[in-house]
Amino acid sequence: MTASTSDTLLLQPRADDHRIARLAALAIVLAVVDAGIPSPLPGIKPGLANIVTLLALETLGWRAAVWVSLLRILGAGLLLGSLLTPGFFLGLAGGVASLVGLGLTQAWPRRWFGPVSASLVAAFCHIGGQLLLARAWLIPSDNILYFVPAFALAALVTGLVNGAIASKLLEAFPCAPSTPSPSP
Amino acid sequence: MSRLILPGDWLVLLGGVLLTGWLGWHLWGQGQARSVTIRAGGQRVASLSLLHNRIVQVPGPLGVTVVEIAGGKARIKQDPSPRQYCVHQGWLSRSGQIAICLPNATSIELTGPNQPYDSLNF
Repeated sequence: MTASTSDTLLLQPRADDHRIARLAALAIVLAVVDAGIPSPLPGIKPGLANIVTLLALETLGWRAAVWVSLLRILGAGLLLGSLLTPGFFLGLAGGVASLVGLGLTQAWPRRWFGPVSASLVAAFCHIGGQLLLARAWLIPSDNILYFVPAFALAALVTGLVNGAIASKLLEAFPCAPSTPSPSP
Repeated sequence: MSRLILPGDWLVLLGGVLLTGWLGWHLWGQGQARSVTIRAGGQRVASLSLLHNRIVQVPGPLGVTVVEIAGGKARIKQDPSPRQYCVHQGWLSRSGQIAICLPNATSIELTGPNQPYDSLNF
């Protein structure tokens, strides 16, 4: 098959693709800000970018949240120079575990469980995924269990705060999943 | 405010608090030993953290007692004493546990944040 200039394939991004890209860009910025905040223990971070994942989950659905989260992990890895380092894989393991947790919370009744629930579940899944990978690969010793309560406490606080922020943002700027995007 | 955090969210939060509390109680409390004190001839030779795996050689009148620290536990790995009681005690992990090699005058004792017993024997 010969390719000529007239034979170009035009990928037409849909409105949702634009929204996902916008949210992912926002999440990458927050991830870079996040990396600049000093933390008491390696692995404990506010996880501000997860607010964007929660917004994507609530407004565009779980598939969009998966896209936004994975694009953010990849993009932030590129920007911070941590791509394919152990820290990157820890973040990826935590991110994937969080997305699984978020998928589970989607089945819960919306009347009773809001973004705060999703955020808390995701935060605990995040440390769970990270610790599993760390135990299996980076630090193959049970001594790592000594730090688990500290991580759990951090997940509790950051999960609550990020969930409340996401909830507040959704209240301030309500946008239903079916609403068409104002700009292309 | 009531819209921000829904009733179910409080439930999940409570679950998170309970999980964190249980983890802290289970992994940080509970007389889990933090360090090991090694004695020889009645003198304290060393006090070491259980978090760092290492092997220590303690000299005594009969020879060298080998103490091994690994994975938050400690044991007498090797000892010249004839009956090998302290070696057979195996791994010690809880605060207050002691293994004594009387003929070689060496011993290890686990210590932690709270010392519930003077000694434990099984």
